[in-house]
Amino acid sequence: MQFSDSIFAVRFGITRHDLEAYLAEALSHGGDYADLYFEYLLTSGMSIDESMVKSAAQGVSMGVGIRVIAGERTGYAYSDDLSPEKIRKAAHVAAYIASGPAKVDKFDLNEGVRHNLYPVLTAPTETAFAERVELVKRADRAARAYDSRIFQVQAIYADNLRYVLVATSDGVLTMDRQPLARLSVSALARENGGVPQRGHAGGGGRVELDFFKEKTPEHFATEAAREAIVMLDAVNAPAGEMTVVLGPGWPGILLHEAVGHGLEADFNRKGVSAFSGRMGQKVASELCTIIDDGTINSRRGSLNVDDEGNATRRNVLIENGVLRGYLQDKLSSTLMNEAPTGSGRRESYAHIPMPRMTNTFMLAGESDPEEIIRSVPKGLYCVNFGGGQVDITSGNFVFSASESYLIEDGKLTRPVRNATLIGNGPEALKYVSMVGNDLRLDEGIGVCGKEGQSVPVGVGIPTIKIDRMTVGGTA
Amino acid sequence: MNGNHLLELARNVVKQAQAAGATDAECTIAEGEEFSASVRMREVENLKEAGSRGAGLRILIGRKTGASSTSDLSSEGVAHLVKSAIELADITSEDPQAGLPDDDEFGAIAGDLGLYSEDVPGLDPGLKIDTAKRAEEAALSADPRIFNSEGASFDNYVGRHLFANSRGFAGEYRSSYCSLSTSPVARDGESMERDYWFTLARGFAGLEAPEDVGRMAAKRALRRLNAVKVPTQKVPVVFEPRTARSLLDNVFEAVHGMSIYRHESFLAGKLGEKIAAACVTLVDDGTLPGLFGTSPFDDEGVPSRRTVVIDHGVLKSYLMNTYAARKLGMKTTGNASRGLTGNAGIGHGNFFVEKGVQTPEEMIAGIPNGFYVTELMGFGVNIVTGDYSRGAAGLWIRDGELAFAVSEVTIAGNLSEMLLGLEAIGSDLEFRGSVAAPTLKIGEMTVGGK
Repeated sequence: MQFSDSIFAVRFGITRHDLEAYLAEALSHGGDYADLYFEYLLTSGMSIDESMVKSAAQGVSMGVGIRVIAGERTGYAYSDDLSPEKIRKAAHVAAYIASGPAKVDKFDLNEGVRHNLYPVLTAPTETAFAERVELVKRADRAARAYDSRIFQVQAIYADNLRYVLVATSDGVLTMDRQPLARLSVSALARENGGVPQRGHAGGGGRVELDFFKEKTPEHFATEAAREAIVMLDAVNAPAGEMTVVLGPGWPGILLHEAVGHGLEADFNRKGVSAFSGRMGQKVASELCTIIDDGTINSRRGSLNVDDEGNATRRNVLIENGVLRGYLQDKLSSTLMNEAPTGSGRRESYAHIPMPRMTNTFMLAGESDPEEIIRSVPKGLYCVNFGGGQVDITSGNFVFSASESYLIEDGKLTRPVRNATLIGNGPEALKYVSMVGNDLRLDEGIGVCGKEGQSVPVGVGIPTIKIDRMTVGGTA
Repeated sequence: MNGNHLLELARNVVKQAQAAGATDAECTIAEGEEFSASVRMREVENLKEAGSRGAGLRILIGRKTGASSTSDLSSEGVAHLVKSAIELADITSEDPQAGLPDDDEFGAIAGDLGLYSEDVPGLDPGLKIDTAKRAEEAALSADPRIFNSEGASFDNYVGRHLFANSRGFAGEYRSSYCSLSTSPVARDGESMERDYWFTLARGFAGLEAPEDVGRMAAKRALRRLNAVKVPTQKVPVVFEPRTARSLLDNVFEAVHGMSIYRHESFLAGKLGEKIAAACVTLVDDGTLPGLFGTSPFDDEGVPSRRTVVIDHGVLKSYLMNTYAARKLGMKTTGNASRGLTGNAGIGHGNFFVEKGVQTPEEMIAGIPNGFYVTELMGFGVNIVTGDYSRGAAGLWIRDGELAFAVSEVTIAGNLSEMLLGLEAIGSDLEFRGSVAAPTLKIGEMTVGGK
């Protein structure tokens, strides 16, 4: 797509000359750098509850965010009105941060080469509602059909289509069209009037609606229902330090919390991360190589360009246990004098970008997953998780297991009830003693929150064995 | 655009929806201006300023619903908004309970609820930056072990919320707030910890002194230094007000009318039963002037009110909007909540535990061996079962005194047992946001550690 074909040129009549004029206005009081982030966002969603499609909504929002950087200072303003007067006013407000004569006065905007990671002809948002609402109806039917003990099912389908344009005083001019879709299913099971149990599943990505022909509503619904039924027999989780085996896929949330956030460059530039000053040091067992890759086709966490106009990349964070790299945005990479990593992201035009993850995963090892479980005399095997959280400064992180099993004498025995796992980022992965050959990425449901901004992300991991981790049960 | 004009626009959107075939319609319009200044290591880091507005529409055609939202309030934008909501009614189901509140439910609390302060819109940016700098400076200079900072920020907001529906309800209110927070980082040898403290109020004049905020933040970061992991054990657990508030968040989810009718709460079907210790009285009150959970009417146009949720340990009421109330054969409690659009969800007003008589010191004094929790992490609370397992940090209680810092541990139990196991409630209730709790003591929980 060329700029002249973009929605911003066609629908809103914005010209290259306008972009240059807005950048000039933003830098009229001085400053080292300015950028414009235009966004046009279409959203839609529908949900089923008690076998009734109770809600359906669609929305449109648009706006432009204008940023001026002067040294370590950032000025930011946005407008949800794309008229020239309002954009110029926002540029003027953002310029307030800088003082002194203008340093940059000519912008040679160039359209660079972009990835084409999600060549989606028709975005799900552009399809007929009737097709999409079938997804939640089928999920509802399939979950209820799985087992007569399933008594409540909710399914939510949501998609959006985001058009962005980034123009910077460094001369970058780039556009992207970012589709995203997700189906989530929650099922409740109950036996003989006892305590209900819940199961969850979901998935999606930057895909066409045909994605759900392969990953069907029945697939997610059956998975949610299965988890709820399994949990009916669950016993209380154990408490204290023990061996923990993580199954492949979504349990990669461990990496997101334990190391990913702590390697975001803003925290390290400021010296407030538990990983600050540890570049080149051993922070994990040599079996661990951890990657953040924004360039995987169709993945939820992937982007052709980050929200500062830089191409995304495959970034090695930890290589054979040694800390290799941070995730950079424009501000931190400039101040730290390092190359950008395509990791500058923001929730919307109303938000200042910062370093964020894309798809974070551990490379496969050589162990047979079954052999990993067989090697554990007593421990916990966790296959599904809820959310996690990390304290960047102390490095302590948690993630909450929603489906796990006791391992006794190398065999999976009883399912156990919800338990939080806790560890310390720079220490926890030193206890990784086996890594499976079964790397799997998650199904595409992750949302990462940082300083009030939410962005879609992915994770992945092979089966791994951690010799020592604290499990927060009661038994 | 002034407020009268926007209220007229909201009414107009409703009329256009009716003309397009809606049998009922609800329109929400919100507009606001935000400002944020942050400083770090005594220098300005970010300045952000902007205004925005948007409109949302929810319609019913008989018992089928549709919803839409837009940030484009032009006549074309509104026409698209109406069309978008109407066309969605084709794909939703007939829902016998869907609909607006009964006509006798509509209304608003009269008089000034103190939600808007005249001193906010005209605040000088220099004063805001200076206020943030003073808070950070107080933290940085509190102790030599405070060696770094994540900065301090001053935020303010002024906004207007308007709502109109096809039953003739139309209402609006303005609101404002200012907040100030700072997050210092402390170090001692290998140990590095950060914490934060904050103040917020409807107006600038209501904020606590920046120096007090900074000193409190520093004190909190310092007391976390050199934390150890304790052995796994069952002990009494004391939640300071900041962490006690998060227990109330869990209880709110459990008395949420939607969770109740779906049987996805451990409190479903427990109305009239003793579900907490007799010392517990829990109230939701959306009418208290100036507080952050206060509003003249909820997001369906029903007046906010006071609802006793737990009275001396007995579950007295769920919190409901019209839909949940109809599902349960009850009346709305005026707790409808939504963003710009969609079916109304459920929110709380000012949701708090009534204070007890003991000071926090007195509560701790009686504990030979226990855990005083100052930080909770993660999402390990299952409202369906009540299972509770979260990461925690805090101070160990030895012989009735706070003895040393603890981190990288979990606390676990079940919310049913935890509520019944509340042994003491502190006298230190204060509102720092819409959920408030004094210090709470639970007789026994499992601490997971070494």
